[in-house]
Amino acid sequence: MQLHHQKHHQTYITNYNKALEQLDQALAKADSSSIVQLQSAIKFNGGGHINHSIFWKNLAPIREGGGEPSKASLGWAIDTQFGSLKALIQRVNAEGAALQGSGWVWLALDKELKKLSVQTTANQDPLVTKGSALVPLFGIDVWEHAYYLQYKNVKADYLKNIWKVINWKYASEVYEKENL
Amino acid sequence: MGSCCYSPSPSSSHLLATDFFSWGFKSSKLPFLQKRRFDRSQRASKICGYYGLRTPPYKLDALEPYMSLKTLEMHWGGHHRNYVEGLNKQLEKNDILYGFTMDELVKVTYNNGNPLPEFNNAAQVWNHDFFWESMQPGGGDMPKLGVLQQIEKDFGSFTNFREKFVEAALTLFGSGWVWLVLKKEERRLAVIKTSNGICPLVWDDIPIISLDMWEHAYYLDYKNDKGKYVNVFMNHLVSWNAAMARMARAEAFVNLGEPKIPIA
Repeated sequence: MQLHHQKHHQTYITNYNKALEQLDQALAKADSSSIVQLQSAIKFNGGGHINHSIFWKNLAPIREGGGEPSKASLGWAIDTQFGSLKALIQRVNAEGAALQGSGWVWLALDKELKKLSVQTTANQDPLVTKGSALVPLFGIDVWEHAYYLQYKNVKADYLKNIWKVINWKYASEVYEKENL
Repeated sequence: MGSCCYSPSPSSSHLLATDFFSWGFKSSKLPFLQKRRFDRSQRASKICGYYGLRTPPYKLDALEPYMSLKTLEMHWGGHHRNYVEGLNKQLEKNDILYGFTMDELVKVTYNNGNPLPEFNNAAQVWNHDFFWESMQPGGGDMPKLGVLQQIEKDFGSFTNFREKFVEAALTLFGSGWVWLVLKKEERRLAVIKTSNGICPLVWDDIPIISLDMWEHAYYLDYKNDKGKYVNVFMNHLVSWNAAMARMARAEAFVNLGEPKIPIA
C-alpha cells in the first residue's frame, strides 16, 4: 500500500505536474507540435493520478465497513442487472484476469443509458476514454505493482480478496448522486 | 524444421510429437493435408504438437545479485511457464496452428495487426525465451567487433545507443519490452519499444537484444525503481555474446555493407 501510494501515485503526480508545466510553456509559445506531443504524457500521468485518487476512495478497512455490500439502490441495481452480487464479482474478476498487460477494471454507471456496466481500460486510461457518459463507481487496479508483493503472479487471488475491502458505501453515494 | 521423429530434450521448445504414426506427420507446411489424412483414424491415435518450457542457459541463481533467484523462479517458473501452458491449452483445440515453429506461430497469430487469441501466449513465450538468452552471468560491459562497429555506425557511439535504450525503457507506458533490432528494410540497428507482448518479428525486423519492462520482471528486486533495473541490466546482465551470434545470423538475411563490385 505504502509503495503504491507514496511511490507510484506520487510519481504520476510529479510527472503530471511536469507535463502540465511543459504544456503551459508550449501553449504560451503556440508550439503545436509540443502541445500534441505532450498529450500522451498527460493522458498517462494525469490518468494515473485520477485513477489512483478514485482507487483510494474505493477501498476501506474491514472494520470501517469495507466489503459490506450496499443495501441501497446500488445493491438493487446490481441484482436487477447482473442477477446477483456474486455474478457481478465473477464478471469483474473474469475481465480483470483476462486483461493483458496493465490496466484497470471498473464498475461504471452509464449516465445516459442509466445502466451499470463492467469496463476495462488499458494502462492508465481514465474511464471516460471508454465513453463520455461513464461514471466510475469503483475501479480495481490490475497493474502488477498493485498486487505483486503480496500475491506474486497469482492475480486471481488478488481479485478474490480485494472484494473484502471494497468501499461499497462510497460507490453507493456516487451512484445515487449521478443516477438522477 | 523437417524432423518429425524428434526425441524431446529438456532445452527444446520444438514440437514434441507423441503417438505419431510412422507414415504420418510429414510436412509442417501442409497442416490442411494432415488433417484430412488423419480424419479416419482420429480415434485410434492423436497427433499432439506441444511446446515445452525452455530453460535459461544458466542456473536460476546465476544472475545474482542483479536479478535474484526469487525473480527467476517467479518470472520463469511462474509467468513464462503459464504462457507455455496457456499456449498448449489453446493449441489443443486449434488444429490449424499445429506444425509451426515458434517464429512462424508468432507471425501467423499476429494476423497483421488483428491478433488471434493465441498471439499473446505465443509471443510472450517467444519473448521470454529470447530475453533469458539476452542475458548472461558476468554480462554487461561493451560489445566487440562487428556489433560494436554497427552500433557506432548507426548510433554514433555506444554511449549514445545506451542512452537511447535506457530512455526508451523509462518512457514506456504500461507493460512492454525494449529492443535493439536490426531493421530489415532500412538495414540498420534501432532501439524500439513494444507494448504488452508485441515482438519485432511481426514487422519482419530481427531482434538482437531485449529487456522485459513488465513490472513482474523487476518488482521483487527493485520495486518501482525502473532506472536502477535498466542500468543494472546494461552494466551487468546484457549478453553481448548472444548479440554477436544473432547479428551473425542476421547478416544472412540483411546486407549490411555495400557490395564490393569490381569495376572491370
